[in-house]
Amino acid sequence: MRQDVDSLDRSSSLPRPSTGGNGKAPAADQSPDTTEIIIRDLCLFYGSKQALHQIDLDIARNQVTAFIGPSGCGKSTLLRCVNRLNDLVDNVRVTGSIVVGGLEILDPGLDVTDLRKRVGMVFQKPNPFPKTIYENVAYGPRILGIRNKARLDEIVERSLKGAALWDEAKDRLHDNALGLSGGQHQRLCIARTIAVEPEVVLMDEPCSALDPIATTKVEELIHELKQRYTIVIVTHNMQQAARVSDFTAFMYLGRLVEFGKTDKLFTTPEKQETEDYITGRFG
Amino acid sequence: MPLHTDRQYEEELQQLRAKILEMGGLVEKQIGDAMISLVDRNSALAREVIERDHTVNYLDVTVDETCTRLLALHQPAGRDLRLIMTSLKITTDLERIGDMAQNICERAIELNQELPLKLYVDLPRMANWAQSMLRDSLDAFVREDTELALQVCQRDDFIDNLTAQLFGEMLSYMTQDPHSVGRATRILFLAKYLERIADHATNIAEMVIYMAKGKSIRHMSPPPSSV
Repeated sequence: MRQDVDSLDRSSSLPRPSTGGNGKAPAADQSPDTTEIIIRDLCLFYGSKQALHQIDLDIARNQVTAFIGPSGCGKSTLLRCVNRLNDLVDNVRVTGSIVVGGLEILDPGLDVTDLRKRVGMVFQKPNPFPKTIYENVAYGPRILGIRNKARLDEIVERSLKGAALWDEAKDRLHDNALGLSGGQHQRLCIARTIAVEPEVVLMDEPCSALDPIATTKVEELIHELKQRYTIVIVTHNMQQAARVSDFTAFMYLGRLVEFGKTDKLFTTPEKQETEDYITGRFG
Repeated sequence: MPLHTDRQYEEELQQLRAKILEMGGLVEKQIGDAMISLVDRNSALAREVIERDHTVNYLDVTVDETCTRLLALHQPAGRDLRLIMTSLKITTDLERIGDMAQNICERAIELNQELPLKLYVDLPRMANWAQSMLRDSLDAFVREDTELALQVCQRDDFIDNLTAQLFGEMLSYMTQDPHSVGRATRILFLAKYLERIADHATNIAEMVIYMAKGKSIRHMSPPPSSV
């Protein structure tokens, strides 16, 4: 009997070694306990101009999700919604819902400082404070009230190790951080972010100011960080999205066009617009 | 489909398609000439075909190099990636078909030195069938026509049946007259070569479906009814 190829489960019809496959379910199928961020019907307006249109998206816990799309498509705006950074922009109005770790974060009564502790951010341009390496990392924990020197030492070491900077920085912890290289700056910013033990790390073009070697180090770091944190990354570099992420969201003109597993989206995307963008046939 | 923003890249992808087609056209001619050399007992033509196989091999290497360069320099994705993966596989199948045509000629030269065992009827039918499968699989490649590609996959049975039939016939020749064993064995080799050509054409058609739809139907027996 002949069958339609769609109705066949290829993986079970073929003999194959039991590697366990890459059996990660798409985020859309994730149960609530594996979903860290749930975005529903999210719209954002800059004045009268609508920048995001009815975004629905589930971001999986301990996975890397990348937002890709041409300039001005709204990917950074969407990222900044997740820790309410858009609050700092005049004339912005947001509707819909974003639930992070079970908490509605668009609630006007929300403690935004607490949210930003739970949802850390790494920016495009590394922005270390003009202080020592140690003080850069210890800054957040200090603000949170940790004064104990031994405890701070431990946090600094753990964070620098977590950001793969410890070996390079351990002998110069009390030197000015501005003496580090650009790639080290960015890893220092990542260390500073994870020092307060966030649940989510947002990264807005974290490698665009870095050379290829520094970029590789940060990408490697992203792989390691996802063991402990949920990572959302905005990148213009599609190959980077393909390399580092488990899920990819393609956005265009403020809309979420396609969302799915990265390997699927980069080999056999569903939508023509996605196909055109990832193959460089856009505009 | 919109053109690539990188014109150079677009052009290289077009060149890749053109090379596959050039190779396909050459291989098709190789099969045709190989069969003429057999049926018309023309050993000079057979030697020409054998000589021309190096052109097929050269094109195979060129396609490989083009694909490697495209992968290294452009980090292709989506349909471009699938085109390149498909080309890499198709070129191997075409090169193997070229080898089969060469093998047919080698057997033809041997057979041409002896009296004919019988009139060649089934072998030209099989060759026509295999050639049409190859032609259609390449047409499907150009037009990204998955329906046609699927038809090619479904046409493989005919040639398998003819091979089995020819096997029975040759067996009876051999049991009746031991002097026919050499020629009958060579004829069975020829049937096997043609059957292999059809198998390679089927592989090409399966890859065309992957290229166009991103779905793998390889190693599915029988092939699916639709994609």
